[in-house]
Formats: sequence, structure tokens, C-alpha cells
Amino acid sequence: MTTSASFTSKDLYEVYKKALKILIVDENIRGLIRSGAMHPVYYSPRGQEIVAAAMGVHLEPTDYLCTIYRGVHDQVAKGMPLDVLLAEYFMKVTGACKGKGGAMHITHPASGVMVTTGVVGSSMPIANGMAWASQIKGDDRVSVATFGDGASNIGAFHEALNMAAVWKLPTIFLCQNNRYQECTQYADSTSCEKISDRAAAYGPNMVGVSVDGNDAEEMWNAMRDAVARARSGAGPTLIEANTFRYMGHYFGDQAPYIPKEELAAEMAKDPMIRIRQQVLDSGVATEDDLVALKAELEAEFEAAVQFAKDSPEPELDEVYKDIYGAA
Amino acid sequence: MSDKINFTQAYNRALDEAMAADPTVIMLGEDIGDKEGGGVFKVTGGLSTKYGTDRVRTTPISEQAIVGAAIGASLAGMKPVAEIMLMNFITVAMDMIVNHAAKLRFMSGGQTSVPITIRTRTGAGMSAAGQHSDMLEAWFCHTAGMKVVIPSTPADAVGLLRACIEDPDPCLFIEDALTRTVSGPAPEANHILPLGKANVEREGTDVSFISYGRPLQDMRKMVDRLAEEGISVEIVDLRTVSPLDTDTIVKSVNKTGRAVIAHEAVRSFGVGAEVAARIQEHCFAALKAPVLRVASKDVAVPFARKLEQEFLYKATDIEAAIRQTLEGSTSR
Repeated sequence: MTTSASFTSKDLYEVYKKALKILIVDENIRGLIRSGAMHPVYYSPRGQEIVAAAMGVHLEPTDYLCTIYRGVHDQVAKGMPLDVLLAEYFMKVTGACKGKGGAMHITHPASGVMVTTGVVGSSMPIANGMAWASQIKGDDRVSVATFGDGASNIGAFHEALNMAAVWKLPTIFLCQNNRYQECTQYADSTSCEKISDRAAAYGPNMVGVSVDGNDAEEMWNAMRDAVARARSGAGPTLIEANTFRYMGHYFGDQAPYIPKEELAAEMAKDPMIRIRQQVLDSGVATEDDLVALKAELEAEFEAAVQFAKDSPEPELDEVYKDIYGAA
Repeated sequence: MSDKINFTQAYNRALDEAMAADPTVIMLGEDIGDKEGGGVFKVTGGLSTKYGTDRVRTTPISEQAIVGAAIGASLAGMKPVAEIMLMNFITVAMDMIVNHAAKLRFMSGGQTSVPITIRTRTGAGMSAAGQHSDMLEAWFCHTAGMKVVIPSTPADAVGLLRACIEDPDPCLFIEDALTRTVSGPAPEANHILPLGKANVEREGTDVSFISYGRPLQDMRKMVDRLAEEGISVEIVDLRTVSPLDTDTIVKSVNKTGRAVIAHEAVRSFGVGAEVAARIQEHCFAALKAPVLRVASKDVAVPFARKLEQEFLYKATDIEAAIRQTLEGSTSR
């Protein structure tokens, strides 16, 4: 994959394909929870699809990802297969984690989804370690830590970014600023105007950029530069991808703390509607193409759900496995 | 090679051997490079020069980032050894250890594992007070997925540290600060001991002394004198505190019918309580006396030498407990 090319309509379409897959996965997961078909603890990424999709198109399967509990968009963007993803949500033994991790701890090393953490801020120190391993081995991989704006307020953020800068690690810190730290507004929890302002504290080895994460081209360019910088050995990047979280903090959260006017204004510029129009306007795909793409992705999701439903639950002895490895 | 080796030399030797044997063994910690003096306690001296600063990295003072980087590197196929200078500082990295290192194998359904070793140092007796002296091993024994290892001789220190580094799971290796210059017989090259196995280092018939770390050094000084009095003590060195080698403990106590458990950590809710519970579960019919615990007081470690000594368990406490259990008294 070339990382230096400029953004083309073909790139736009690739981002759209991943973003649409994320949207379909998220909407269907919420539907399955609402209908009582499954019972994961779920944190919807609705509204943040472009950020993850533009990240995903720049990464190889061998690149590492540490994401967080609000992470299904990142996992799908990284190439996580839907069957083992859904089977985990359905608490089946065929799930990626055999039903022992769940939605908050999805792991799939084959697609580079190394850690999904349920602890705010903990993706960053771990991503550094994978980046350190790559630096020692010279294997050209990059490590991406995703996290929210709230996570930039926890100590792990500072420790990890400082270490990454001192060691010039191939780590990309992708902050998805959705303007709400759980239920608290950005300005009530975060001291700086922009998260990327914090990069300056880590000296010349750390680059900080803020972009409209809901704009495919801006986000794609930011990831391209960060990946190129990491692969070349030039060091880490802090990307602040500005976005918005439509569905509240957790599934079922009515988000009374989001002013109605703010929510309405954000809904009016839904990034998924915007990118769809951009794709059509660019001529890279027709309306028929997009309808067919949606049908194809819906079918993929349905097949994954069927796989999950048809799968057995874990046996009780699973509780006693995977505690220690064979010494 | 000299036939004697002290604890500090033992740790250094184990690290050196491990790094020579396996290029995926890497190290990180505060001040560990030779440029910084080879570690505050000189354990890592010479290693950054020998193996390079890619593999032996001095870190910022950032315990979360240190343990996190060790975890991440292990997920990417390395075998990291992280030094947390003093055990009290491990509290800063608890999320990384408890929520991540210990659990990733289980939570990923066995897809990933975290073969890291966290070396740390602690122990009272040097007037370092409440934030530089705590024995916190019980917290980690209480965390499924962790292994907790504490050596009681320099030779064991080599063999157990090598075992931790080779082990496929996260190991916490605890070094005693006070006895770091105590010497003992040096082991053969590439001495590796099994984890999860206690060592019956001396057989006896009257009472099982079950311990790990420093109190074993106290027992070794009194065991012959007790034997001359006709008190036959069986010494069980746990070596690996968790997972606990219940079989060896049970076998010993079923034979002797009495048990004294000793550790430097504070008494309440400690390893001694767990060992005592397992003994009563498995050896109730064989017990001739209540199982006794020797431990330090349930307070913060004080600074003044006189107060610190009052806090610490004493060798005389161990001897008194041995005699008490033989008398069958329950008045302790």
C-alpha cells in the first residue's frame, strides 16, 4: 500500500466501504440488543465511522491496534471478521475470545486487533510496547492506540506520549474527540482548546495535528502522514480527529447532558450522509453500486449473526482454561 | 567463576544468561542502563553495554508506561523484563498489571499471552519508611493469571528469575532489599528451577515451617540449635508464592501435624492466611496444634529504627511460634 499518494476518488470509495460496514454493524448490533437477541455491554460509535475507516485503509493486517471499549468501528476498520466478532457478542464459544472477553475486550491478532481495553487510557502504554518490539525487530509495523478525548486527561496519556517521543516509537495516538467524556462536556473536563495542543509538551519528536475526523479526505491525509512518519522511523504522531458521538455514552443512555441544539446541529451533518454524497458526486460509484454494496454488507452481517446463533455456548470448563499457558 | 555469589550478583547473572540465550529477552526500567549506573541497586550493571540500549532501555519515571510497554512488547513476541525500582511504586502501574497483564490471556480466550517478568525490590529494615518498604505480594497472589516468585537463596534467585523470564505468563519477581549482599553457593551455569513448586529444603518430623524469602534465612540460623534440643523442623520454601504448591504443603503437614507460616508482609489477609486455610481444609485430621502465623504488624512501616524493628516480624517470633505449636497452646 502506498502511503504517499494524494487522496483520490478511489480512496474516498475505500473509506466509504469501510465506514458503511461500520455503520451497518453498529446499527444492526443496536437492533439486536433492542430486540433482546443479545446482551453485550455496548458503546456505540455512531457518528465516528469515518475516523476509523480512514485509519483502517492505511493499515496492513500486520500493523497493531489497541482500541477501547467503544471500539467496534476500529475493529471492523482493521479487518476483524464479523463472524467471530458477533459470536463473541452472542456469548458463544466460537467468539473471538470464546465468550470470555465480550464486546469490551475483543481480540483478534490475525487482523492486528491486539487489545481492546475497558479501562480509559490504557490503550496507549500497551501500543508503545508493540511499537518498541517493531523498532527492535525492524519489522516496519506501526502501532495505533485509539482513545477518546476524555482519555487524554488520564496519567497514562502523558506517560505514554512522553515515552513514545523520547524513544521515537512508531506509535500513532489517534484521539477520537467526540466532545463528551462519558457524560461530561469537553470544556468541563479538558483544559486545552485542542487535544493536539498537548503534543507540543512532548517536543520535536511528537507531531500533533487536529483534523475534521468526519471528513474523509482530511482524516485520510492525517493518517497517511502519521503512518508514513512512523514507518520511516521519524517518530510518533498525536492525531486529534474531531467527531461526534450520536448515541450517548452507553447503550440506553438518553444523553440528557447533550444540549438539543447541539445534537440537532450534529445530526444535520451526519458524516455518513455527507460521504455518501461525496462518493456519488465523485463518480467513482453509482447509486446502484451503493445499493448493491449495502446489500452485500447487510448479507455479510446476517451471515455472521446466523453463525453466532448456530454456535454452541462455551462449556463450563472454559472458566478453568486460559489462565496460564503450558510452561 | 567463584563458588559464592550474592543476591545482587545472582539477579545480574540470571538476566545476563537469559539475554545471551534468547534475543527476544529485553529489559526496561528506570536508571537501568550503564550510563545511569546500571540501576539504583546495580542489578543491571554491564547489560546495556553488552546487549545494547535497544534491548536494555532506561525509561522515564513512568511505571504505567513501563509495564504497559512490557505488555505490548510481549504481545508482539518479545520477552520483556521490567524493573520497578521499588515495590511501592508498582501501585502506580496496578491497572496495567491487574487489568491487562494478568487477564489478557483469559479475556482473549487464549489468543494472546503476556510473558513478562516484573522485577521489583522491597523489604523493611533500612529505615526507608512507609512508601519504600512494603511487601505487597498478597495483592498479586489475589489476582488470577499472575505468578509471584520470591527467592530465599542466591542460587534460587538465579534459577527462579530464569524461570520467570522463560515462563509464558506474567511473573512478579520480588527481591529483598535488606539481604541483597548475602552470599550463598553459586549454581551451575543456566540453572533454571520449576515455577509452582515448593522446595522441602530440610526434612523434619515435628513441625513444618512454611515460608518464602527473608524468614527462611532466619530459620536456617536456628534450625540446628532447635534440632539439638530435639525439635525437628521441616523447612518448606514456597519459592513460588502463587500459584501455591498445595500438594507439598499438605504432604509436609500431614507428616508433622504442625505448621508455622512466616512472612515479612503484614499479618492480616496475607499469604499466611491462605496457607493456613488450605492446611485446615486438607490436613484437619492430622493437625496436633493450631496453625500459627508469624508476620509483621498491621501498620505502615515506620522510619525510626527502633519502631521499624517493632513493626517487623522477628526471628524470635519464629522460634516462639515453633515452641508454641509444639506445646499445643492456643493462647497466641
